Amino acid sequence: MADLTKKHEPFVRVAKRTQVSTKKSVLLQISAFVLAIIAGGLFILLLGENPLEAYKHIIEGAFVGSVRNPLSSVQATVVRFIPLLIASLALVPAFKMKFWNIGAEGQIIMGGVFSTYFALFHSDWPHAILLIVMILAGAVGGAFWALIPTIFKIKFNTNETLFTLMLNYIALYIVRYLEAGPWQRTKGYASIGSIDDNARLPEVFGVHIGWIIALVLMVLMFFYISKTKQGYEISVVGESQPTARYAGMSVGKIVLRTMIISGAIAGLAGALQVAGIDHTLSGGIAGGVGFTAIVVAWLGKLNPFYIAGISFLFSILAKGSSTMQTQLGLSASVADVVQGIILFCVIAFEFFINYKLIFKKKEG
Amino acid sequence: MSDTQYAIELRGITKIFGEIIANDKVDLTVNNGEILALLGENGSGKTTLMNILSGIYHPDAGTIKINGKEVVINSPKDSFALKIGMIHQHFKLVEVMTAFENILLGTNNKLNRKKAAEEIKTLCDKFSLKIDLKKRVCNMSVSEKQTVEIVKVLYRGANILILDEPTAVLTPQETQNLFEILRAMKKDGKAVIIITHKLNEVLEISDRVMILRKGKSIDSIETAKANAKILTEAMVGQAIDLEIERPETEKEPHALDVRHLSVKGADGRMALKDVTFDISSGEILGVAGVAGSGQKELCETIAGLHKVEKGAILFKKENIVGKTPSEIIKAGISMSFIPEDRLGMGLVASMDITHNMLLKSYKNSKGIFLDRKEAKKLAEDLVEKLSIKTPNVSTPVRLLSGGNVQKVLIGREIESNPQLLITAYPERGLDINSSYTIYNLINKQKQNGSSVLFIGEDLDVLLELCDRILVLCHGEVMGVVNAREVTKEDLGFMMAGQKISDGGENNG
Repeated sequence: MADLTKKHEPFVRVAKRTQVSTKKSVLLQISAFVLAIIAGGLFILLLGENPLEAYKHIIEGAFVGSVRNPLSSVQATVVRFIPLLIASLALVPAFKMKFWNIGAEGQIIMGGVFSTYFALFHSDWPHAILLIVMILAGAVGGAFWALIPTIFKIKFNTNETLFTLMLNYIALYIVRYLEAGPWQRTKGYASIGSIDDNARLPEVFGVHIGWIIALVLMVLMFFYISKTKQGYEISVVGESQPTARYAGMSVGKIVLRTMIISGAIAGLAGALQVAGIDHTLSGGIAGGVGFTAIVVAWLGKLNPFYIAGISFLFSILAKGSSTMQTQLGLSASVADVVQGIILFCVIAFEFFINYKLIFKKKEG
Repeated sequence: MSDTQYAIELRGITKIFGEIIANDKVDLTVNNGEILALLGENGSGKTTLMNILSGIYHPDAGTIKINGKEVVINSPKDSFALKIGMIHQHFKLVEVMTAFENILLGTNNKLNRKKAAEEIKTLCDKFSLKIDLKKRVCNMSVSEKQTVEIVKVLYRGANILILDEPTAVLTPQETQNLFEILRAMKKDGKAVIIITHKLNEVLEISDRVMILRKGKSIDSIETAKANAKILTEAMVGQAIDLEIERPETEKEPHALDVRHLSVKGADGRMALKDVTFDISSGEILGVAGVAGSGQKELCETIAGLHKVEKGAILFKKENIVGKTPSEIIKAGISMSFIPEDRLGMGLVASMDITHNMLLKSYKNSKGIFLDRKEAKKLAEDLVEKLSIKTPNVSTPVRLLSGGNVQKVLIGREIESNPQLLITAYPERGLDINSSYTIYNLINKQKQNGSSVLFIGEDLDVLLELCDRILVLCHGEVMGVVNAREVTKEDLGFMMAGQKISDGGENNG
């Protein structure tokens, strides 16, 4: 017979936690962040730089502006924050419904395409009307792009993850086609050129008004998810479709409606990007924001306020590390690696929020 | 070291899940050649304890001795090496394989099939087990599958057998057959632990009863000295009345009329074949049948969740076939189906009690916002009325124990005052007190003039609670009988597929 005495017990076992107190959860998240800072620091040390100095550059890069405009860095950070927050909010209803919309990137791009149309061909419209139409067009573009995989999902039960992912690339190539084809400004040069001043968003405190829209959306999304009937339906469908049907909900209709909302918000981010920052349409309009938003939405546990906080941290990191990299003369990918390390630590610590380790007791 | 060598000796076994103490210093002993019944209400820690023995969980404290030797069981494999065999409630068989192939799985005897077949045959003769080795598992009845499980465990040399609620899926006759097998094992000197909550079975088959209450081992009673009353009181911790009421009511016939209903199951086979019956108002119609005889499809079809192939369902003379679930809910039909996992349909696990109250009624309030006030009040009322154990009404339902989850579901359905209440296995896994609360609530519905379709698994309950009983077998109606007159044996024969056609007329 096998030796099944005490010696046989493994050194460490993993057990699922039933419920974690908020305090413990916050503590774990803070320790994840600290660990991430240390790990990132080690990496910088390996490159022969002083990690403390590197982190100082990140913070300064995100907050300390130039002599002429002390707010310039903060403004640049906020500019990164706007599309990230809006795109992450767009994913909230979809993810809550367990509809894995990986297509925010493409939906942002299509929002940009739709709103650029009005900026290019109706730039003579009154300023306010043109901007409102552009923003609405952006929402329609994003909703349209989200609708395609949703209809296929409802009719043929296709995999929405792959479908939305693939549509990202199609959206990107539509922009490439427009740049080099029908919307080309100068022959032989693949660019749409700048949009008319009339089609640009006004600024408040030195940042285009998108930030106000983003914050309003944050509050609206919070109420929509947690206080409305539609938000309730989304939660039920996400938890169990049989239960939703049992309760008399029409699941297809709810899925369709929710994805229109999700796509429209992502599209809105695209329109704001065109009218507020880029002032043109290019392949880089979304710049990976649609993918980062997935991580942000997850880390924020689909709570709009947490998501706003995390979006802001990500924006600081993105803006600050680009400054660090130029200040220290490091390669462009260093900032990405540091961001990656921090992200990895935070996500890895999710494991410890859900599970605990039990070590072998001393023999006695 | 104790003087006697027990087959199993557990001392001070403790297992804690988060804040819940599933087992609290449990002591348990089984001798060789003894059948021990493990009795306890739902959530008393029976299954946890057995999962510790079979290596699925690891105890936080306590010692396990097998044949006098202290051991540590880390995995089912270890448990197996100690000759412990577990027959789970849900069989672990490969459906497309034959009985023979299933028995050989995981052993190293694949090469000498002839010898293996002979060994299995000897084994079967010894314990009077009847199986067709060449039959595929997917073509077997539940009782045959169970036999394969038992042979599988025995063939691998198990000396200690643990059976988790083995009779839940059997007809009374099949249960007797199983008990014969268990007695043969006992004779052979094997130690048997049987988990069940059916008292009459405990009294019939076991030598000793071990009672768990709230995770603690309360008592170990010799079966010869016990009766149903003593056992119940030990289990619940207080004296209770075991009578189920059957109040007389005014009946208005044909509140619900089901005519020639045929329905396909998920696997494409006919799940209901030409089913015809009716329920009066103020009547409880019971449905008996072994698990999977079409009960689920019947419930779902009436609730509008299942496609109808043929036939009509007349509710108050109106055909409801083809109506949407929400239209049917509005018409006053309410279904509470308690699936095996309890949360599958009807409740949203991550939501709290208040939000679960809203599931069917959230549309009734005006405006775009959810109205939580009434739901919260209803939730608080239910918690008090049904003594649901929860920190408060904002605790997610998934954190409640099984029985409490069920009270939330059934409470909500009954509170909506339906004209037709469909309830499947409402007492499944509930403790005795809660079961009686549920029976009383159902009786109250009946007295209010509602019709009740009661899908049950405990024949004793069906016989005491219902006015008439419809018996299903493979989706066909074997007959509708008067619950006051029919015997359990007759029900058993009908459940096994014998048609009886008397006493079923509705005289209301």
